[in-house]
Amino acid sequence: MRWLTKIWYLYYDGFRSMTLGRTLWTIILVKLFIIFVVLKLFFFPNYIKEHAPEGDEAEFVSSQILWVDD
Amino acid sequence: MVNLLNIDLAAVDWARAQFALTAIYHWLFVPLTLGLAVVMGIMETLYYRTGKDFWKETAKYWQRLFGINFAMGVATGLILEFEFGTNWSNYSYLVGDIFGAPLAVEGIVAFFMESTFVAVMFFGWNKVSKGFHLASTWLTGLGATVSAWWILVANSWMQHPVGQTFNPDTMRNEMTSFADVALSPVAIDKFVHTVLSAWVLGAVFVVGVSSWYLLKQRHLEFARKSLRVGAIFGLISSVLIMLSGHHSAYTVAQTQPMKLAAMEALYKGGTDQPLTLIAGISPFRQPDYETQDEPPLKLAVPYALSFLATNDINGYVPGVRDILDGYTKADGTQEPSLEEKIERGRAAIAAIAEYRGMSEGVKSEGVKSEKFATASGNLQTDSSLFTLKSSLEENMPYFGYGYVSDRAQVVPYIPVCFYAFRVMVGGGCLFILLFLIMLWKPKTWNYWLALLCIPIAYIVSEAGWLVAEFGRQPWTIQDMLPTWVSVSQLGSSAVMLTFFLFLILFTLLLALEINIMCKAIKKGPETNNP
Repeated sequence: MRWLTKIWYLYYDGFRSMTLGRTLWTIILVKLFIIFVVLKLFFFPNYIKEHAPEGDEAEFVSSQILWVDD
Repeated sequence: MVNLLNIDLAAVDWARAQFALTAIYHWLFVPLTLGLAVVMGIMETLYYRTGKDFWKETAKYWQRLFGINFAMGVATGLILEFEFGTNWSNYSYLVGDIFGAPLAVEGIVAFFMESTFVAVMFFGWNKVSKGFHLASTWLTGLGATVSAWWILVANSWMQHPVGQTFNPDTMRNEMTSFADVALSPVAIDKFVHTVLSAWVLGAVFVVGVSSWYLLKQRHLEFARKSLRVGAIFGLISSVLIMLSGHHSAYTVAQTQPMKLAAMEALYKGGTDQPLTLIAGISPFRQPDYETQDEPPLKLAVPYALSFLATNDINGYVPGVRDILDGYTKADGTQEPSLEEKIERGRAAIAAIAEYRGMSEGVKSEGVKSEKFATASGNLQTDSSLFTLKSSLEENMPYFGYGYVSDRAQVVPYIPVCFYAFRVMVGGGCLFILLFLIMLWKPKTWNYWLALLCIPIAYIVSEAGWLVAEFGRQPWTIQDMLPTWVSVSQLGSSAVMLTFFLFLILFTLLLALEINIMCKAIKKGPETNNP
C-alpha cells in the first residue's frame, strides 16, 4: 500500500505545483475537446458506416471501386 | 465495361492537400520531441555521473522545452486517422486489417510508456532515486521513439506492401505475417532515417538556442556546454544519417524505382549513372520526360547515382521512360511495361468483380461459404472460382494499374521530388558544417548562422517527407491503389471546409507553441549564472 500512496503523492504534488504545466494542460484539454467533440462528431463521420448497411460494407466498397460488365 | 467511379477530382486534390497539411503540421512537433528526448537524456546522464547541480538544471531546462513541444504536438496525429475514415474510406477499408495491429500497439505503447515516465520525469525530481529518474527520462524518449516506429511501419506498408493477401470475400487486405509487415526493409530504413533526422533537428535546435544565449551574453556556461553537447550529438547523428540515407536510396531503388527516377529527374536511365547536383528544371511544370534524355544544365557527380542505387558504380538505374516501357532488372527478371501492368490490373479488377458476382449468386442459393471454402481448399468443386482466385493472386500486385489510363498518371510531379531531395541533402550537409564550426571555433557570426539554421532544419525535415510522399504518387498503396480510387465520394466543398478549419486550428496551435517556447527560452534555465 505504501507504494500506492507514493504514486498518488507523486501525481498529486506534481499537479499541484505545476506552473507552466497548468497552461500546457489547459491547451491539451481544449485541443482534445476540439479534436474529439467538434471535429470528430461534426466534421469527420465514418463515411462507410454512414453509407453502407451494417454487415454489407464489403459490398458497398466493391460497388465504389470495381468496374463491372454492362 | 462501365466505370462506377464517380469521383469529384477536385475532392481528391482537396483530400490530398488536407492530408498533406495535417501531416506537415504534425511533423513540425514530432522531430523536436524525438531529438530533445535524447538531448535531455544526455544532460541528465551527465548529472547522474558527475553529481553537479549545473547538469541537473540544464537537464530540467531542456525537459521543459521538450514538455512544451510534447504538449503542443500530442494528439495532432489523431486527425490523420479521422481523415482516413471520412475522406479516404475506400483506402481505409481495404487496408484496415493491416493498419489495425501497428496502430493498436502504438496506442498502447504511447499511452503507457509516455504517460507513466513523463510524469516521473516532470514530477519525480527529489521524489524518486536519481537512477530511477534517469531511467524514466530515457524511457520517455524511448516510448516516443517506439511510437514513431509503429507509425512508420504503417507508412512503410503503404510504400511497400508486404505480409498480406487480398480477400475478395471481405474486400480487405488481410495480414498473413506480422513480422513481414513490422520488419520490412522499407520500415527499418524509414525508421532509422526518420529518427536520425529528428535527432539532427533536435541538435540544431539545441545549438541554435544556446547560440542565442551566447549572443545575448546570458547563461554563458549553460549555453557553451549545451552547445557542445548539441554539436557533438548532431555531428554523430549526421554521420549516421548519411549512411542510412545511402541505404534508404538503395531500398527505394529496389522497391519504388519511379520515386528515385523522379527524385533524380532521370528520364532515360542506364548503367554508370551520375548523381545530379543541380539541373534546370522548372518548379512550375512537369518536365518533358517523354522526349528529353536529361534535363538541361545538368551538373552531376559521375557514377554516384549508380553507386547510391545499386552499390555498384556501374549499376543499371532505370529512368522514367524505362519504367513506363519495361526493363530488365539486375537479377535478370523483366519489369513489365505500363501497358502490361494496366492489362494485369484490369484482369485483377475483373476477377474480383466476377468472383463477387458468382459469390452473390451462390449466396442466394444458400451454399456460399462451403462452396468457396472447397474451391480455395483445392477440393475444386467449382473450378471457375478457383481459376478466378488464381487469376486474382497472380495479378493483384498490379491491381491499382487497372485504374490507370494515361502514362502521365503514374509519374510523380518531378519538380517537387527533385528539389525537395536536394533541399534535404543540401540541408544535411549544411548542418554537418555548422556542427563542425561550432565544435572547432564558435564565433559571433556562427551564432547567427546557428539561429538561422533552426527554421532551415524544419524546412529540411519537411522536405524529407515531401520526397517520401510526393515520390510515391499516385499511389496510396504502391501499385495497388491510386489516390482517385482511395477517396470517398465526397463533394470537394466539404473537404475544402475542413481544410481551412485545420489551417486555422493548426496555425493557432503553432503560434501558441512558438509563443510559449520563446517565453521559456527568454526566461532561461534556473542556473546560478544569469
